[in-house]
Amino acid sequence: MAESATKTQLLDVRNLRIEAVAESGARVTLVDDVSFTLNPGEVLGLIGESGAGKSTIGLSTLVYARSGCQITGGQIVFRGHELRELGIEARQSLRGAKVAYIAQSAAAAFNPAHTLYDQVCEVALQHGVMNASQARVEAVRLFRELDLPNPETFGNRYPHQVSGGQLQRAMAAMAMIAKPDLLVFDEPTTALDVTTQVEVLASFKKLIRDHGTAALYITHDLAVVAQVADRIMVLRHGKMVEEGAATQILQQPRMDYTRMLVAERVAAQASTFVAPHGSSAQPILATRDVVASYRSGPRVIDNVSIELMRGDTLAVVGESGSGKSTLARVIVGLLPRQEGDVLFNGESLPPRLESRSKEQHRRIQMIYQMPDVALNPRQTLLDIIGRPIAFYFNKSRREVRARVEELMRQIDLPLDYISRRPGELSGGQKQRVCIARALAAEPDVIICDEVTSALDPLVADEILRLLRRIQDQTGVGYLFITHDLGTVRRIANKVAVMYKGQMVAYGATQQVFNPPYHPYTELLLSSVPEIRSDWLDEVLRKRRKVVR
Amino acid sequence: MNVLGYRLTLTALIGWLIILVCVGSAVLAPWIAPHDPNAPLGQRWEAPSAEHWFGLDQIGRDMFSRMLYGGRISITLAFLATCLAFAVGVVAGFAAALLGRWVDVALSRIADVILSMPILMSALIVISAVGSSAAVLILTIGLLYAVIVFRVARAVAMNIVVLEYVEAARLRGEGLFWVILREILPNALPPLAAEFGLRFSFAFLFVASLSFLGLGVQPPDADWGSMVKESALAIPAGLAAPLYPAAAIALLTIGVNMVVDWLLSLHSRPHGDNA
Amino acid sequence: MLKLLVQRLALGVATLLAVSVLIFWVTELLPGDLASNILGQSATPENIAAIRAELGLDRPAVERYTEWLGDAVQGDLGKSLANKRPVIDVIGPRLVNTLFLAIYAAVIAVPLSVLLGILAAIYRNSVFDKGVNIASLAAISMPEFFIGYFLILFMSVQLKWFPAIATIKPEQGFFQHLYVTFLPMLTLILVVIAHMMRMTRTSVLSVMSSPYVEMAVLKGIPKGRIVVHHALPNALAPIINVIAINLAYLIVGVVVVEAVFTFNGLGRLMVDAVAKRDIPVVQACGLIFAIVFIGLNLIADVLSILSNPRLRHPR
Repeated sequence: MAESATKTQLLDVRNLRIEAVAESGARVTLVDDVSFTLNPGEVLGLIGESGAGKSTIGLSTLVYARSGCQITGGQIVFRGHELRELGIEARQSLRGAKVAYIAQSAAAAFNPAHTLYDQVCEVALQHGVMNASQARVEAVRLFRELDLPNPETFGNRYPHQVSGGQLQRAMAAMAMIAKPDLLVFDEPTTALDVTTQVEVLASFKKLIRDHGTAALYITHDLAVVAQVADRIMVLRHGKMVEEGAATQILQQPRMDYTRMLVAERVAAQASTFVAPHGSSAQPILATRDVVASYRSGPRVIDNVSIELMRGDTLAVVGESGSGKSTLARVIVGLLPRQEGDVLFNGESLPPRLESRSKEQHRRIQMIYQMPDVALNPRQTLLDIIGRPIAFYFNKSRREVRARVEELMRQIDLPLDYISRRPGELSGGQKQRVCIARALAAEPDVIICDEVTSALDPLVADEILRLLRRIQDQTGVGYLFITHDLGTVRRIANKVAVMYKGQMVAYGATQQVFNPPYHPYTELLLSSVPEIRSDWLDEVLRKRRKVVR
Repeated sequence: MNVLGYRLTLTALIGWLIILVCVGSAVLAPWIAPHDPNAPLGQRWEAPSAEHWFGLDQIGRDMFSRMLYGGRISITLAFLATCLAFAVGVVAGFAAALLGRWVDVALSRIADVILSMPILMSALIVISAVGSSAAVLILTIGLLYAVIVFRVARAVAMNIVVLEYVEAARLRGEGLFWVILREILPNALPPLAAEFGLRFSFAFLFVASLSFLGLGVQPPDADWGSMVKESALAIPAGLAAPLYPAAAIALLTIGVNMVVDWLLSLHSRPHGDNA
Repeated sequence: MLKLLVQRLALGVATLLAVSVLIFWVTELLPGDLASNILGQSATPENIAAIRAELGLDRPAVERYTEWLGDAVQGDLGKSLANKRPVIDVIGPRLVNTLFLAIYAAVIAVPLSVLLGILAAIYRNSVFDKGVNIASLAAISMPEFFIGYFLILFMSVQLKWFPAIATIKPEQGFFQHLYVTFLPMLTLILVVIAHMMRMTRTSVLSVMSSPYVEMAVLKGIPKGRIVVHHALPNALAPIINVIAINLAYLIVGVVVVEAVFTFNGLGRLMVDAVAKRDIPVVQACGLIFAIVFIGLNLIADVLSILSNPRLRHPR
């Protein structure tokens, strides 16, 4: 009876249920009652935060479950065939030939021991789609189509010999070579810098459009999925929240959760800026022509001068390798500077951590990207937050406890968490504990090193709000290190843009983020995906004009 | 089954039982040994009987009683050597990981050179120079194993030192002692505990091997290894006498290894992360 | 890459030098005067002085070390204190015997254990894997002499299949040698196989759980090809290391096994020399074992450098 319906449909997933089975036999549901269909040539975006089950669903269309996981219910009908009933050999001839997968990290997914040709052509050869010379011709064609440099010789290289963005595109070539009916993109641009992401995204979009291949596009970034998807499905904790046409989800979301996601993304594009309000003449923290490098290598930061006023937030932005985190290490003394000066309240700080006084340590605190490794798993929250209080202010145990409770109220954690260990907290809660630990020292400056990058957007948003509230209450200054321009817009009144160790732009956020731009700042700004669906085409059109 | 919040597997339980029986009988040897371990009581190689469970040895002494006393020596020597190895190795390993720079380079180079010889050879060379006694055995094995423990402790500490909670403690201005005692040690204990068990089992086999070669525990004292050597002549006669102490060595080592495997499996499980 | 190889070679030679210093220092400078040690209770001031002069112990240590090393490099390892024969003559035939036994064991143990390890990794958590795992845990825990005497008791004394004493004589043929040394070989490989198999299993498992193997599965590559084409080339370096480490185990194991089977090898010679305090022989044996040990590690290092695609094909 469903025969006629399934004929036009490429993929029909019904009531999918996937569970993780622990050794002890305990079961955790990863994906619960998820259904969707996909027509030939259609692109469905799967959106959700970590733990939403997006990747697990994506892999299930290749009848694959990671170790410890099991598909325990539902149907996966592909071209009228129930995939769950396929034997091992039938699964093998499905994977790569009919349904192909593009992973998040190409650097890890390519075998270091073989050339790119070997690995790209292997798919076509193993499935008997073409012979060796045909496969090579096809590979070169795909390399050219994906804008890879020197397409004729590109495949002779080994994975470690090409850049991350190129490798990600090579993986798309590997996926396309056997001409599959369905591509599964699993966060394929998440690990890339924004300026690279634009190019890779454009290549993927062209590929899907030109070949008319259907795709599942998995990502946590609404703005990315807006560029490629016809329809979007929003997932949360393994369950479907809502599904609809891309424009409907992005413009008129029906469910609260989707609305929150969209609102968060729109806020990141806001063009209103926080104005600098620091009025004191003397900066609380400043660097003067600082130069530093690791061992005797090249300069990682070169002549960087910044000033942070009391109560202000200065963002240091840049892509990976720009030296932004190194700047933080130099300021706190983990990496001694080679030239220049670091001034705190007008006084020069010793270059080395070990030569600084307790008071100098106390007044500059740091919060990290990964709250998981920033908290000792064997200590309770009382130990963690209480230690700076006991250490710097010589308080009695009762006073320490009282202050810890006060701080926990400030960061909105229930007081009965005081004897818990970090392992019992969620990622966002852990980051709050890190904030409380920094606040416990009553510092003048907190250095925030990518503090929201490892968190889901909604959680990151809460953390940013908390940081702003704390700034209003205590007048602490933030040095905010990040790669995310949306974060900068929301929190910083001043910004320093770093590129390959040099500071290329510096000033009030309003001024740096508005014309006339520095060329690199403009490139960065224009590379941040926006939630309107014509953003990518527009950026590409503009850039092509510039080239001509 | 749960013990102190840890899931105890069947193999771990058996392992612990074996250790308990071996150590217990060694400690209680003077009270539970049925005979004087050094008194000839009958014919050489008398077969096992109700009176002499494992028979008599090459000069008619009760094998069972001798094994109880021999276990004392073997276990004590191995345990003291392991303790020495850990006292020296952990301190040096942590120092290398934390201080880095020349301390690390110097200690690591020394370790490389010492371990570029098989440990047994190094021990033989030392014994050839100073002779063999309980103190020499403990010092030699302890110090040689300290080099291995140094490497393990260094690696474990290195993995922890790079974590940001240690960096946070350093940025706070904490002293070296606090960092080691409160931040590193609690997190290094599980892997080091497994290593302690492993090291003990190796030290135990090592003492036994040296004694078997005649270069370990000297007569009239006898540990399990030298008992094997003394009774080796029984083998061509078709008697299993030397196999009893050898089997005892194997049994305790298996027991310790079972527990070590369990400790390692506890450690490899992602600790307390609810992600 | 050539630079890296030369570096490793230089490091190997430097390590060997350092080890020779250690051997010399320990045997000659540790507390307890060597001369009175050798003479024991028969020591009188006169013959102590005589022996000290004979051994050259009255000269500075550095001078004696350079002389000893210089002679050793030219093949002169001094004279045995026990029987006054040149050490090289005493050691020569013993070294040949030990090498014979070690190579015999290695030729069988290496391929067998690597194969078992790979199979156990591929069929992880199967009955085969668990069985092999338990058997190897047991084998690792048993001292060599336990296995050795056990084999003698059953296969030699009771079944009378093999001789209990492994004496090889020059007049015997090659296959006779293999037969006579079968039990010591079996004892050696039982322990070594267990170690090597477990380590191989671990390193293959870590490669099999890598993202690029998952990718190969998702490309629809059959399991056999995944193992041979995708996993093995990357597991090569760790497996080479495992083999080197275990060949070293084998050399150490030789000492005890030779004692069990009264086999006339280098290990037993060294043990006897240690008991008799025949220092020149101990030094020479120590040096030879060190050369083999360091050489094995060097070969493993070089091979894993050669098998690393990142080093073979620099950016």
